[in-house]
Amino acid sequence: MSDTNPKGAAGDDSGTSWPEYLGGMSYGAGGGGGGAGSSGGGAGGAGQPEQPGPRHRVIGTPSPTAARTLLPEPDGGSRPPRQPELPPDPADPARARTAERIVAALFILAMLAGFGFLVAYSLIGVGSLTAVMHSNLFLGGSLSLVFLFLGGGAVIWVRNLMPTVELTEQRHPMRSTEAERAAFKETFEEGAATSQFVKRPLVRRTLIAATVPLAVAPLFLLRDLGPLPGTSLGTTVWRKGLRLLVYGTGLPITSAEFSSPGSLITVGPEGYLDDDDAMAKAAVIIIKFRPGQLVFGPPVQPGHASPPNLTVPNWTLDNIVAYSKICTHVGCPAALYEQTTHHILCPCHQSTFDATRGAKVIFGPATRALPQLPIGVDSDGYLVATGPFNEPVGPSYWERS
Amino acid sequence: MSVERALEGTGVWLDDRLHGARGVRVLLRKVFPDHWSFLLGEIILYSFIILLLSGTFLTFWFQPSMTQVVYHGSYIPLRGVKMSEAYASTLKISFDVRGGLLMRQIHHWAADLFMAGIMAHMIRIFFTGAYRKPREINWLIGIILFTLGLFEGLFGYSLPDDLLSGAGLRITEGVLQSFPIVGSYLAYFLFGGPYPGNQIIGRLYILHVLLIPALILALVTVHLFLMFHQKHTQMPGRGRTNENVVGAPTYPYFMAKTGAFFFFVFAAITLAATFVQINPVWLYGPYNPVAMSAGSQPDFYMGALEGALRIMPNWQWVVFGHTFAFNVFLPGLVPLGIIFGGAALWPFLEQWITGDRREHHLNDRPRNAPTRTAIGIAAITFYGVLWAEGANDVIADHFDVPLYWTTWIARVGIFVGPVIAYMITKRICLGLQRKDNHLIEHGLETGIIRQLPGGEFIEETRPVDQERLAVLLSRTPHPALPPGETEETEVPAPGMRGGLGRVRERLYKVVTESAPMPSEPHGNGHGNGLGDGEVAPTDGHGHGEQDASATGASGEPSHGGDGH
Repeated sequence: MSDTNPKGAAGDDSGTSWPEYLGGMSYGAGGGGGGAGSSGGGAGGAGQPEQPGPRHRVIGTPSPTAARTLLPEPDGGSRPPRQPELPPDPADPARARTAERIVAALFILAMLAGFGFLVAYSLIGVGSLTAVMHSNLFLGGSLSLVFLFLGGGAVIWVRNLMPTVELTEQRHPMRSTEAERAAFKETFEEGAATSQFVKRPLVRRTLIAATVPLAVAPLFLLRDLGPLPGTSLGTTVWRKGLRLLVYGTGLPITSAEFSSPGSLITVGPEGYLDDDDAMAKAAVIIIKFRPGQLVFGPPVQPGHASPPNLTVPNWTLDNIVAYSKICTHVGCPAALYEQTTHHILCPCHQSTFDATRGAKVIFGPATRALPQLPIGVDSDGYLVATGPFNEPVGPSYWERS
Repeated sequence: MSVERALEGTGVWLDDRLHGARGVRVLLRKVFPDHWSFLLGEIILYSFIILLLSGTFLTFWFQPSMTQVVYHGSYIPLRGVKMSEAYASTLKISFDVRGGLLMRQIHHWAADLFMAGIMAHMIRIFFTGAYRKPREINWLIGIILFTLGLFEGLFGYSLPDDLLSGAGLRITEGVLQSFPIVGSYLAYFLFGGPYPGNQIIGRLYILHVLLIPALILALVTVHLFLMFHQKHTQMPGRGRTNENVVGAPTYPYFMAKTGAFFFFVFAAITLAATFVQINPVWLYGPYNPVAMSAGSQPDFYMGALEGALRIMPNWQWVVFGHTFAFNVFLPGLVPLGIIFGGAALWPFLEQWITGDRREHHLNDRPRNAPTRTAIGIAAITFYGVLWAEGANDVIADHFDVPLYWTTWIARVGIFVGPVIAYMITKRICLGLQRKDNHLIEHGLETGIIRQLPGGEFIEETRPVDQERLAVLLSRTPHPALPPGETEETEVPAPGMRGGLGRVRERLYKVVTESAPMPSEPHGNGHGNGLGDGEVAPTDGHGHGEQDASATGASGEPSHGGDGH
């Protein structure tokens, strides 16, 4: 119920609440009337007369007397003259007059700022950094002023022009009355019975069965969103003989050109530098060390597992070692390198790898070392891969062993 | 008068067709209670409207395409650079469309305000107990909206296809890929094949501009309708009971106030968009999977997820040829799962523990539910540690702390912090309750020392004024649990038997822990102590005298009011 009452006034409203109004249905106080109403509902719908009889009256349609009046009298008809709930004028007329002028001034300022916005739009072009900066400043500034003045004017209006008022509205428990619930139950059960949905299990079950394929159809329809991963996550485009091209210039590099210890270059496989899908897995960093800095393990033939925490000697060349640049955590490029400590750091989540020891993890959330790419030189003296990675690069996934 | 003419003309025309007079009258006269914290929800609503408006503007120029083009626009440093059409069109909006940069920044700031508003609103609802019966459904809808907002935001800032947004997508893909059994399939289906592919921007675009906004709009509508239908809660105060709503009517007060507030929200966002740069994508450059810059940060609302990924130790199992990447999928799922899952379950858990199945329309002051408040602060601490860890590189850099220390501090803090926060908060709440008791029982200290004829010195006190006393007296005791097994003489009530019943009894003691209820104010005593808080429907009449009769049948805790 939403009857509102001013302080000190008696309750004066009809018994029909807004929620009921929205619902478009109401059950009489007698409770039993609900059943009759619902059975009449079958014949209702479009054929319902405009002014139905009392038993079939659809609550929410106007009563004859109220047909052309707004704020109609409630269903009972007679009610005492309505006392105004809101005072028409503010308490302090002098203050209100001042406020009125201020509000008007603010609204005029808002209008002027609004015109300012239009003018700024017309006069200030874009197309260069400076122009965009100015445009943004004047468009944004004038628009801000419009809203500030409007908001300020509205607040002063509410506070000083509208008289202060406090109304009290009653709440009622959310639960319906027992009569309403009983009536609902009756109606619902009648509907269920009339529809034969309960009585005829054959129809019911076949209907449910019919929806099963429909329910899973969307899953099937989504199947072509992408190819199945297969083994593609485990491989990169690197293969024996592919040159290492410097990322950015696209040129091959010789061991002699890459001679200053401590430096790091990002390289990619020849022919794939512009292929984002390939580079997302095949990006490689090469780092040059001084003799003796790399901690070598035993030599490993391609296709065999490399020992943990150690650099594979026969996969390096002149103390140049190549690691996958794709972090084994969630795949960000491990782009930071600290020369003094030989740490490769992923800027996303700070997984840290020791470049001298097979890029083993020394801190952070990554579990696995960055895979090492076997490298050598081709007949022209350029760095090439002497085989693919011997394990999947990048983040972990279920099928990875 | 023109109002009359409008009613005779348009009003009658509409009413002839819609029969609106009665319903709309009820709507106009609906009472809205007032409190500053009730504005938080409005901030969200208005940010959302601004998002819809500015977002529509942006779609007129944005091209959700990953086709590679060479840039020839106005931004000179990137001329001749190959980039996706999405990135090029974002540059076009920024540099070649008048008002485009402003709208982009308004859109981004509004999104941040939207998410910040959701968090603040949720915190308000939690601490005041406004989620309690009958509002549990709206609480759940709110949590769903929060989740949708996270995705909407993540997808939105991925669209420009710049280097920073690409890093976010890369991380999203890496986390998806780590899920047991279905991970690599999920990643391939979302991205249309191997990362990054050429599908993802278009797919995220339609999710961002159609599917998720439509869901949000629908749920916001339901959320508001329920709020309207169940009537807003109110803060405790004089004349405010569990059975009434005290405030100003919608028309004209609430309409005017909320209109003004809409203007202020829009003004705040526009001011930020004018003077505070956000997401300058032209500085980051187009996405490529090989480059990455240090100090990359997602939008603030993704910070906790980012922090969870950073904080996690590098645990991983390989069992029977399959990888369990605990280091990735656990932080991707568990921390926010705890926050959202915990938030969703809490109203029902609290109801079960306390056995309190009454309707609550009068909000709790946070201090009057010490355990709930402490749990809330603990959750905020938990989230806050993750959030701060999401920027640990920036923190390490600015405060000159070694980077790995920040991670270790967070690894310890995530467990210790919430516990300490819980204990401190609970103590503070209990202390505040005792302070309230003191005010009720003895009144305000005036600082005036008086000597009694007998030689005794006393400090004079002055009774608390009625307005404040009503607030102080808003605390009600919890209804007792039905007898359990620990009371040996009784047969345990249903729901109180066995191990679960004992757990419930123990939890009841924790959850309802409070300072003793205040005794009567000194020197007076016609009140009947404290009301039982039972929902006792009052009839519609006579409540106009609410001010004078708040101690009556309304269920408001009655007190030996000094003014009666």
